[in-house]
Amino acid sequence: MNEQLPALVVIIPLLFSFIIYLIGFIEKRAPYFMLLISSALTSLFSWKLLIRVIRKGSLSYHIGGWEPPWGIEYRVDHLNGIVAFAVSFVAFLVVLSFKERVEREVDPPRWSQLYALFSLQLCGLLGITVTGDVFNLYVLLEIASFSAYSMVAIGKRGAEFSALRYLIFGTIGACCYLLGVGHLYILTGSLNMVDIVNLLKSIPDSSALRVGLCLLVIGIGIKMALFPLHTWLPDAYSHAPSTVSAFLAPLGTKVAGYVLLRILFGIFNPSFPSEKVLLEVLGWMAFMGAFFFSFMAIIQRELRRAFSYLLLNEISFLGMGIASGTLDGLRGAILHLINDVFMMGCLFTSLCAFIHQFEKEDFKYLEGLGLLSPWVSLGFLMGGLSVIGIPPFCGFFSKWYLILGTIQGKKWHLLVGILVSSLINAILIFKVLEKIYLRHPHVELLKKLPFTFLISLLILSISLLALGGLASRIVKMVIDPWIVTLGGF
Amino acid sequence: MEKESLLPLLALLTPLLGSFLILIFGEKRRNLREGTTLAASSLTLIWAFLMLKALKAGYIPQKDLFEIFPGLMFSFRADPLGMVFLLLSTSLWLIISIYSIGYMRSLNEHAQTRFFFCFSLAILGAIGVALSSNLLSLFVFYEILTISTFPLVAHEENLDALRAGRKYLVYLLSGASLGLFGIIYLWGHYHNVSFVAGGFIKEVKDGVLTFVFFSLFLGFGTKAALMPFHEWLPSAMIAPTPVSALLHAVAVVKAGVFSCLRVLYFVFEAKKLSPEFSFWLSLFVSVTVIGANLLAIREDNLKRRLAFSTINNLAVILLGALMLSKEALKGAILHIPFHGFMKITLFMCAGSIYVKSKKERVSELDGIGHNMPFTMGAFTVSALGLCGMPPICGFLSKWYLCLGTLEASKNWFLLVWLTSSFLDAVYFLPIVYRAFFKGEKDPKIKEAPPSMTIPLLLTALGSIVFGLFPNFAFHLLDLVKMVISSFWGV
Repeated sequence: MNEQLPALVVIIPLLFSFIIYLIGFIEKRAPYFMLLISSALTSLFSWKLLIRVIRKGSLSYHIGGWEPPWGIEYRVDHLNGIVAFAVSFVAFLVVLSFKERVEREVDPPRWSQLYALFSLQLCGLLGITVTGDVFNLYVLLEIASFSAYSMVAIGKRGAEFSALRYLIFGTIGACCYLLGVGHLYILTGSLNMVDIVNLLKSIPDSSALRVGLCLLVIGIGIKMALFPLHTWLPDAYSHAPSTVSAFLAPLGTKVAGYVLLRILFGIFNPSFPSEKVLLEVLGWMAFMGAFFFSFMAIIQRELRRAFSYLLLNEISFLGMGIASGTLDGLRGAILHLINDVFMMGCLFTSLCAFIHQFEKEDFKYLEGLGLLSPWVSLGFLMGGLSVIGIPPFCGFFSKWYLILGTIQGKKWHLLVGILVSSLINAILIFKVLEKIYLRHPHVELLKKLPFTFLISLLILSISLLALGGLASRIVKMVIDPWIVTLGGF
Repeated sequence: MEKESLLPLLALLTPLLGSFLILIFGEKRRNLREGTTLAASSLTLIWAFLMLKALKAGYIPQKDLFEIFPGLMFSFRADPLGMVFLLLSTSLWLIISIYSIGYMRSLNEHAQTRFFFCFSLAILGAIGVALSSNLLSLFVFYEILTISTFPLVAHEENLDALRAGRKYLVYLLSGASLGLFGIIYLWGHYHNVSFVAGGFIKEVKDGVLTFVFFSLFLGFGTKAALMPFHEWLPSAMIAPTPVSALLHAVAVVKAGVFSCLRVLYFVFEAKKLSPEFSFWLSLFVSVTVIGANLLAIREDNLKRRLAFSTINNLAVILLGALMLSKEALKGAILHIPFHGFMKITLFMCAGSIYVKSKKERVSELDGIGHNMPFTMGAFTVSALGLCGMPPICGFLSKWYLCLGTLEASKNWFLLVWLTSSFLDAVYFLPIVYRAFFKGEKDPKIKEAPPSMTIPLLLTALGSIVFGLFPNFAFHLLDLVKMVISSFWGV
């Protein structure tokens, strides 16, 4: 059973997406529960997978029994083990929370379609995470992307246009990635990641290889919404149905971030001649992004747009950690990736609950929320404090490593970027918190908070504290063993 | 000698648990809620005394909780310097709790549950700062203190209060980021951020290390309202008086001073700072000592005047520590609790006056001494104490400070102390004069309720008792001697 886990976490949501769609014709209420089962099962299996990897090391699964260099290999090591768990667990919590919201927001005929897309999206994201084959990764990237485009398009006014823009950008990104894979394939003759790593050692540096690397990074950069390739994201996430943005925001860009880590450190590595330059460029992009996004976040009028920019800012932090090119920067980037899944999950689920209760997205409706809806406010409070890096929340611990990395790499501009843009983020967060806790309510609640929201918000908030306490263990048991396998650090 | 003990943990858990109980009881069961505050504060004081007893018996209670980062523990120990700050904040918490219950109920304030919840959390922050045994644990509580005080500053919820709150956050969070950079730099380069008596960095040689020193000193100095980062403190006076009294005269600002002392004496080796370096730094701090007092003179709002006096006294403590001599450090550390007792009395008096007469300005206080003799009596005692009049405790600390300045043969700084004391008198005595010798008795104004008057009489009495017997109850002088001997030997 354990040996089948890498395939199971991808197959289950894939199969369920068909079942969900079909069962929707028979019974209107069944699809939601099928989705819940699907996400629960995947998070259970990815947890087992993570435990298995921590105990016995990485696990390889050969699809169809074909040996690795020829067949597709699913390969789970420490890094994608923990990313898969974080993604599937937060996906489960979001799914757990949003039943009533989906039923309010989307017309009944579309329920089963939307739920099927959620499951398909989960399949794509987990597939990208566990696969050990660069071309298979492209296929799964497209599965994830196409389900995301259609989910965004379900939203209300403006969503079609945003979805179209998302589609155009996303497709360009995917094409770049595919071209990059082509370069690698022509040069090495292999699509398997482990195989490519070995073959690259004997291949001389050439412009074809450099272009390939750049194409891969640009392609993933678009999916990950690195500055200045981010323009699709704020529109797409703020026009999509609130449930869709609650689902996509914590997961989509972070999985792309994982792919970037995999490409830059797993397949290539910093000793690769042109990668130093690439990291330098990436650093400046992320640096400019950090300032740009944090400024954009504080001038927004709509809460969801502001949080989208906050999300982009967190991605820039990830980029800065990667770009510092040091051991601690890499640790910080990985830790931040995992923390960010939970932080954004917490913020966007709170946001979804808030929209459910007021049907409004402007800042001014936050006033007095602390009295009207204490649990949603708690979600905003914990998520917000964590994002700006207040100890003992988890955001502090990843920022610690990120800053340590920039100091050790002597990348002072990145240090300034992290510190200053965290402070600018604090302005946004305290603007929200001030409205929530220090103002009087002047609108009434439309709806009571559904019990499901309460549960998942509580779990998410507590996990922000727990991740903070576990930071040292995560680094020791998961991140360091992965970094050791890279060599060069 | 260190000994594993649960006491530091208990001292942290009590206010934490208390704050959540306060939240659970809420407005509906307000007597239970206030009971919780009192119980938590008395219990914490008991833990503090038990730790003091252990310290007197010759061992330092210590507790390692868990690893924050590989090789870096979340750990606490009640060393003599921490003990001074701990005793100060816990004892005054108990006294101010009684006062604030009276104050909040007399004014019928809104959102009292939030007030007491945040208050208790802020005390948790102060206790954590006192007990932390390394920079990172200290930083965690330092931030808890900052965040939990924000709703207290903005308590009034009007535009002025919100603005003051924002200013408060901008200053303190920026300062904290600067400090955080320093901490991380030290961890990256020395792999050590634990407090060691005498410090683990023996020399400040290269430019980067100087920058790190300044970022730590000024980062924490922001909370100690060092000029030019002091603006937030007078603005924060818009908070309810118990907040100004305990947090902005004792817990928050003293946490800043305390952290600076930790940096100076437990991270860097202050004694070995180069003479020019310490001279310029002392001069920089002296600007605050004199400047704050000059600004205090022209301030008409009573609480804001007291705030400037606080800025002055905080800088006095730092300047004393920078004299780098035994006696001056003794005076500086003694001034932490002594100033705390005197200043909290002044603030409580200001609060009582406000509750009874709604007067906030110095120019309105004519004749108030006839109406509120006890309150203004306590005010006079503390004001004289701050000017340095014997036998009130302010005299004692200033005595040591001057002695230490002579010991370090930095005679010019004697002028700073004396000018500062003179200016203290210039802005405190007119208040006393107005209260007792000007104006008529206003029959409408009476003494505040006992729950407010008794605490302020107690602290005023305390400041006289400490002036006469500095070892009374808290063994402050012994503790300070223990700190000094850890740097200079017996």
